Amino acid sequence: MSKLIEQPRYSCALGVQQTVIAIQRAVPIVHAGPGCSTKIHGLLGQGEGYAGGSTIPCTNSSESEVVFGGEKKLKGVIDGAFKVIDADLFVVLTGCTSDIVGDDVGQVTREFQNLDKPIVFAETGGFKSNNYVSHDLIIKAIIEQYVDKYAPAKGEVIPGLVNVFASIPYQDPYWIGNLQEIKRLLIGIGLTPNILFGPESGGVSEWLTVPQAEFNIVVSAWPGLRSAKLLKRKYGTPFYHFPYLPVGGLETSRFLREVTAFGASIDREKAEKFIADEERKFYTHIERTADFMLEFRYGIPRMFYTILDATYAVGFSKYLLNELGIIPAEVQYIVDDTPEQYREGIREQFRRISDRRSANVEFSVDGGEIQEKIRQTNPKQRALILGSGWERDLAADIGADLLPISVPITYRLILNCGYAGYNGGLRLIEDIYDRVLGTYR
Amino acid sequence: MPKVNLNLTEVPVREKRLGSITGFAGTAGELVDCSSSGCLKDGTRSFSQCMGCSSGNAFCQLSMIRDAAMVNHAPVGCAGDFFGFNFVYRVGQMERDLPPAIGRYFNTNIEEMDTVFGALSKLEKTIRLAYDRVKPNAIFVTTSCASGIIGEDVESVTDRLTKELGIPVVNCVCEGFRSKIWTSGFDAAYHSIVRKIVKPPQKRTNKVNIINFWGSDVFSKLLNRLGYEANYVVPFSTVSQLETISEAAATIQICPTLGTYMGAALEQVYGVPEIKAPMAYGLAGTDAWMRELGRVLDREAEIEEIIREERAAVLPKLEEYRAKLKGTTCYLTAGSAHGHALIALLSELGIDVQGAAIFHHDPIYDNEDTSADMLDHTVKTYGDIKGYNVCNKQAYELVNILNRVRPDLMIARHGGMTLWGAKLGIPTLLIGDEHFSWGYQGLINYAERILETLDNREFVTNLAKHSSMPYTKWWLEQDPYTFLGGNTHVKTY
Repeated sequence: MSKLIEQPRYSCALGVQQTVIAIQRAVPIVHAGPGCSTKIHGLLGQGEGYAGGSTIPCTNSSESEVVFGGEKKLKGVIDGAFKVIDADLFVVLTGCTSDIVGDDVGQVTREFQNLDKPIVFAETGGFKSNNYVSHDLIIKAIIEQYVDKYAPAKGEVIPGLVNVFASIPYQDPYWIGNLQEIKRLLIGIGLTPNILFGPESGGVSEWLTVPQAEFNIVVSAWPGLRSAKLLKRKYGTPFYHFPYLPVGGLETSRFLREVTAFGASIDREKAEKFIADEERKFYTHIERTADFMLEFRYGIPRMFYTILDATYAVGFSKYLLNELGIIPAEVQYIVDDTPEQYREGIREQFRRISDRRSANVEFSVDGGEIQEKIRQTNPKQRALILGSGWERDLAADIGADLLPISVPITYRLILNCGYAGYNGGLRLIEDIYDRVLGTYR
Repeated sequence: MPKVNLNLTEVPVREKRLGSITGFAGTAGELVDCSSSGCLKDGTRSFSQCMGCSSGNAFCQLSMIRDAAMVNHAPVGCAGDFFGFNFVYRVGQMERDLPPAIGRYFNTNIEEMDTVFGALSKLEKTIRLAYDRVKPNAIFVTTSCASGIIGEDVESVTDRLTKELGIPVVNCVCEGFRSKIWTSGFDAAYHSIVRKIVKPPQKRTNKVNIINFWGSDVFSKLLNRLGYEANYVVPFSTVSQLETISEAAATIQICPTLGTYMGAALEQVYGVPEIKAPMAYGLAGTDAWMRELGRVLDREAEIEEIIREERAAVLPKLEEYRAKLKGTTCYLTAGSAHGHALIALLSELGIDVQGAAIFHHDPIYDNEDTSADMLDHTVKTYGDIKGYNVCNKQAYELVNILNRVRPDLMIARHGGMTLWGAKLGIPTLLIGDEHFSWGYQGLINYAERILETLDNREFVTNLAKHSSMPYTKWWLEQDPYTFLGGNTHVKTY
């Protein structure tokens, strides 16, 4: 497998600045070269939010910081950030320059922490990992350096309170919509979710209740798991893991029933009533439009390719096959550089994608390679590609319909659109067939 | 000042080569005086926000050479700008009726172990793969902070593979940390082109090089009438087109900030004359530029005729717009030379330019010719600009200033800046096509867009009502240059 990358679909460890921006009124302070933040924002995110993009405080490390060290410069920028930027939490992130020259960023940050300033740090030099991995690193930094210190009642568990680790903000372009739906569903079965990121969250004050959760929920193939394990170790909070994005009726109900079974404080009867009600509404739409999917005579996609991260690839594949009748191509591609230990689990999900069908999965970070392989398959049926903006020419070349799901998105503007849950499933149908029908004049 | 030296692997950065700065607060006239008397001082900011870096600017030019491939020797995060440039490239293809093609850009994915053991074998492998996949006519390798600090000898690999693959494999040294002035990346890109792609001239042609970004074609009509042909470089060129830019009759720059090094390099190394005059913005600037073009191309009589015609066509309309725009106040933020040009243009329209935040300042360009000093020309022709701030894209200073100045209009040339005008309820305009305002017709184009923008207030008014401001009240009350300079102190909030 090649490690080089044509057509990147994620960022480096420092890419996690977008995770920080997604916490309401939290602001990253980047100790890195001058272009890093801008490049990350260019790939991950449309719009700078409260204080992302060109607002991000940065040391813009130059030759002199590389030669003489950048700790003094960092101190000045942190100092200025507290004066200039109106925020509840600052997160110092390092880049390649400071990590290679070995600045003691912890020491600089601790000086401010000792003055009871709301600030944490993490080493996120670009070469160290990618933003899928460092997402958990930031959560850890916030928990250990901020929540531990300021949480008012760490020992008291609040029944029904759950922390949700379900999406990497901005890396998942639909994070706001997805989190919104997951929160709605969990409230529906009687829980009080800390959704932690985005406009549906209570911001930093919500983070301070993280230790009091009855249990935690991870909705993800692998990112977020380390955070849940950390919280289990630290506070003894058990966690429930759903290893892909639940999309549509089958998987969302499965997810909610399993959560219900896991959480001791949930009223099972009420939860079941909520699920039944949601299913009824969801399947009304499917039933109402099934004749379209069966009868449209001018060609709609019969097979699909996913070029997505593991969480999306599995979730979408199950939904498309089991509820929309679109069949997976022989090979599906996963582009998130999944760590080795999680790969077998994902392969297994594809092996039993439905009761009677399986698909192969290939892990590759090199979009160019994936596209060459798909071109060679030269599909006979009309295909649907769930990929990124990079797939534009591929889709045109093989006559496929393209719905950009993975970054870089670029060809669509996303506000609160999400594909998780019952509502997300319906939205996905609308978006797929909107593109398909748009091809007829 | 060192002359262009193609033996160097890397071009000296602008701070060293031109004495360029990124920190200054005063008036435009004062800056011109400091620049010409050689007593320019740079200010540093103890608090700063993120900027751009050289590698992005180098990539922005090289990535759109139509038959070349790019290898970015860096961790994957440095490739975050790939798709953005690919998008620009494709939009340009549409505008030029070229068939759609995706930019072929590769990243070597430098990881932790590579920073210990080196990543040259990865680089070599990536270049080979790029060659196999794309069959390009050249491959450019851009460097990064990581590859630079660990001391990768990229040149040894590119030299070896040039021989082996039989196409130029070109090292472009553009690490972000090397320069505070991200436009140094343009110089890096051009240095690599002039060094390794351009061939010595076999003959002189009637082509005129136009160093530009991705703007519309405003030169063909003019040059064709003079018996010359426009040759836009570098985006949308082919490698073979670039090989022969040494044969051109002259070089035009749409923006000396962009093209200072390439223009001088082609003149110094291959004798291609560079048009050295204020840029063609505003009437006086356009007149002067046209006459210099006429002189260099030996078409002085024809140029006078064109000037007469164009002025006659534009002047009545211009009077009309001037009357409408009289008394309008404006604040401006842009890159260096284009910023100076816009000040001239706005002044010509009768707009009161209250101030400008300009991203850096080159006291002189590589051609060392003071007649090309656009800011000097603007100040002499239109008067001084009071609030002139050299500021490398620091939004916090801009917000502070806008909050005080409250102009009728804000104009920005770069992304990430317009929001701050709009959040304060100020109609804000960003024009992506830098050729839009060029020449006599550019005055009219710009006036129309400004009137449109001033008239369109509903969106910004409502946005301002519902916007949050990430800056503290304390900050908005401070002097905007509080953090500029080595000896400024602020009280704790």
